[in-house]
Amino acid sequence: MSATGIGASVRRKEDLRFLTGRGNYTDDINRPGQTHAYILRSPHAHAKINAIDISAAQAAPGVIAIFTGKDMAADALGGLPCGWQIHSRDGSPMKEPGHPALVVDRVRHVGDQVAVVIAESLGQAKDAAELIEVDYAPLPAIAHPGKALAGAAPQVWDEAPGNLCYDWIIGDEAEVDAVLKGAHHVTRIELTNNRLIPNAMEPRAAVGEYDRSTGDYTLYTTSQNPHVIRLLMGAFVLHIPEHRLRVVAPDVGGGFGSKIYHYAEEAIVTWASAKINRPIKWTAERSESFMTDAHGRDHVTTAQLAMDKDGKFLAFKVDTIANMGAYLSTFAPCVPTYLYATLLAGVYKTPKIFANVRAVFTHTVPVDAYRGAGRPEATYLVERIVSQAAREMGLDQAELRRRNFIKREEFPYQTPVALVYDSGDPAGCLDKALKLADYAGFEARRKEAAARGKYRGIGFSTYVEACGIAPSAVVGSLGARAGLYECGQVRVHPTGSVTVFTGTHSHGQGHETTFAQLVSDKLGIPIENVDVVHGDTAKVPFGMGTYGSRSLAVGGVAIDRAMDKVIAKAKKIAAHLLEAAEADIVFENGEFSVAGTDRKKAFGEISLAAYVPHNYPITELEPGLEETAFFDPLNFSYPGGAHLCEVEIDPDTGVTEVVKFTAVDDFGRVINPMIVEGQVHGGLAQGIGQALLEACVYDEDGQLITGSFMDYTMPRADNLPNFSLDTHNVPAPDNPLGVKGCGEVGAIGSPPAVINAIIDALSPLGITAISMPATPPKVWQAIRSARPSVAAE
Amino acid sequence: MAISVSMTVNGKTVSGDVEARTLLVQFLREQLQLTGTHVGCDTSQCGACVVHIDGESVKSCTVLAAQVNGTSVTTIEGLANNGTLHPMQEAFREHHGLQCGFCTPGMVMSAIDLVKTHPKPDEHTIREWLEGNICRCTGYHNIVKAIKAGAEKMSAA
Repeated sequence: MSATGIGASVRRKEDLRFLTGRGNYTDDINRPGQTHAYILRSPHAHAKINAIDISAAQAAPGVIAIFTGKDMAADALGGLPCGWQIHSRDGSPMKEPGHPALVVDRVRHVGDQVAVVIAESLGQAKDAAELIEVDYAPLPAIAHPGKALAGAAPQVWDEAPGNLCYDWIIGDEAEVDAVLKGAHHVTRIELTNNRLIPNAMEPRAAVGEYDRSTGDYTLYTTSQNPHVIRLLMGAFVLHIPEHRLRVVAPDVGGGFGSKIYHYAEEAIVTWASAKINRPIKWTAERSESFMTDAHGRDHVTTAQLAMDKDGKFLAFKVDTIANMGAYLSTFAPCVPTYLYATLLAGVYKTPKIFANVRAVFTHTVPVDAYRGAGRPEATYLVERIVSQAAREMGLDQAELRRRNFIKREEFPYQTPVALVYDSGDPAGCLDKALKLADYAGFEARRKEAAARGKYRGIGFSTYVEACGIAPSAVVGSLGARAGLYECGQVRVHPTGSVTVFTGTHSHGQGHETTFAQLVSDKLGIPIENVDVVHGDTAKVPFGMGTYGSRSLAVGGVAIDRAMDKVIAKAKKIAAHLLEAAEADIVFENGEFSVAGTDRKKAFGEISLAAYVPHNYPITELEPGLEETAFFDPLNFSYPGGAHLCEVEIDPDTGVTEVVKFTAVDDFGRVINPMIVEGQVHGGLAQGIGQALLEACVYDEDGQLITGSFMDYTMPRADNLPNFSLDTHNVPAPDNPLGVKGCGEVGAIGSPPAVINAIIDALSPLGITAISMPATPPKVWQAIRSARPSVAAE
Repeated sequence: MAISVSMTVNGKTVSGDVEARTLLVQFLREQLQLTGTHVGCDTSQCGACVVHIDGESVKSCTVLAAQVNGTSVTTIEGLANNGTLHPMQEAFREHHGLQCGFCTPGMVMSAIDLVKTHPKPDEHTIREWLEGNICRCTGYHNIVKAIKAGAEKMSAA
């Protein structure tokens, strides 16, 4: 292994600019003549707009223009499109209401866009917005997904009766019911997967610019996938052809899914920049992020797991209501279906599974993919019910899992819910984690904690997830309206340095380093001679972007394939220069040599010959050395692992402290262990945050109660432990690089481990369930209710 | 009503006219184009905007530009010396204490002030000190490691 090749913890190339304040985020961009936009938003969850009076605002100092939904409608613009279509069990397509960038006559969630004020300064735009008079007639609202289907619930859309977006199933209900009926034991659970607000640290921002002399538009935006935004906004909303629209996603300060989607503000600033013929910048304030970024999770679920007398899983039945919010965000419909229900087998050989998912509209911000997207919801359900089953059956948590694990030699494994897991070793991961966590010594630690008056518990989560999305043909058959391949371009410069263009986007993942390692390793050139370019549709040929832990497993392979083409061409050039047969040319350590001789040419000599073709096989080969490859995978990538959480609970305060968190994950082949560990750390923090701290709360009227960092508990340094990590890697056979995704597993595996640990700690009190987030008041109340005598103390 | 302000920023005297409501962070970002200092919230919670005012870490979204007239301000851009990273910057790079980079300037500025107060901070002290700096990417694990290492290097220097 070279110091900069595959497997080395190379320090990140991108760090220098971030550490010295030279990052280039969207809000750092200022265009000549730039104006500023402020969006007036609905304070109501649901209201009819009788009238909007902008006259006073228009006369305010510095105001250049004010637009409302009527202005956009007059230009015959489209609504924000949804990229995925689900069909209900009766074959009917999901209900897909319009999603205007600026509403016309009705608002459907707090924060809905009502008008945009464009002024010379942001302060002037805000001052003017206060002078806009909107005559609202407030209407009843519904926010809770569990109540949205009730007959008397306020209706979000006339075209979606009962607030039902779709009623989708997978599996054979009658078969599963029959097994449940005759089973030795059935474990039943009801749970909520709490609604989360992604809160990337950089608020969303967009700068739109129009050039009248060319008719070209440019949008700078905080996006995880600029080509997707170009496609959606250009083709569906603003009707601008691709070659007239450039989308740049420069440095982006975290995404976690929330920056995948095409948002209204992107369309507003781009469209309006042509109306006023000046660039327009919009940057979200954090409170706007809370009420406009797509939220995550928000499921209400009941489930039943049937077992035989030995605890072998026989059948699993799941009923889930998933909140879509007021509008369908870009990928929203696929999250609780194809990213959730297909994972309900977990790492177990449950032979029969049935799931019914009903997606509902509510008067809340759209809900879409957030780190893990569907897989955390599935894992939370499976690992909660499995842990409960072990308690009910009187079996050790590890033992029940082992009895049901898919064994390493049983991969590839066809689950009853569509997926074929390519590889894995659940038992191997668990064994390693049990050792690392000193499971054997746990009971002694529990006793020791009890002596100090603390409840100590350990929680299990053994998981698998499907990422590296995805085979285009598969997702197409499941309702995706796009392909999910990736594009990589490798440009070898005359002197042998390389620029890589990738359609994925790095917003913290360190692609500039990892992808450079791939190149340094394969082409045998110093990593300093490799640059990675991403995030600009004018530079990168095409791309589907970064989400679903796909950048390396799909985008990395595209780069690898492009390098194969470079090497194939370079061998032809080398054969010519070395006067040998092409078949005799060997490429190793950056040198082309004739097999069995000492005749060789360095990589840089070949690239120079390609651009200075004086002695060159010009009749057979074009000059130049630059290749592009598109890669469409044949399967998902399936990382998995075992997460063990140990907590201590103070019964006097209800505070849960995570005293130890152990994660042993299977990532296949690891390119940069340092970066991979960092990804796991971040995912764990978000998973532990979901389990203990974070909750998006709407009140009964649809008001967002958790609208700032004062109200929504973000994990802070003193809420989290150091993490104890290891890997148990089984290379991915379906992936040419052998790699598996690593970006989301922390958020997928950890929440049930935390909650199972709390339940384990409190089980001596007879407590069998606690909901997320397990905040101190909730835990304290649970303890008090279970121990009435303590209340009197 | 414009107010004239004058201060030292990263060793250079600067002056400008600001509105009464102009925050220090707006003055730095918009008038001086020092965009390394970031705005991540509107409630003084996230700490992405931390700078040093007369050597002390302060959230620059919480002070008005007019309030710091006559002071000496250091931002993330003023730390590296002729291309040589400050030991704390170097420690963040070495220990992978940053991912997306957005909270990083505030983290580094806050960490340097921590070391002034606690030259040899333990893990607990570091985690408590970071109460006012939110990171969504790293889970803090490597930030804590970086600050510990950075503190050691600063104390040795």
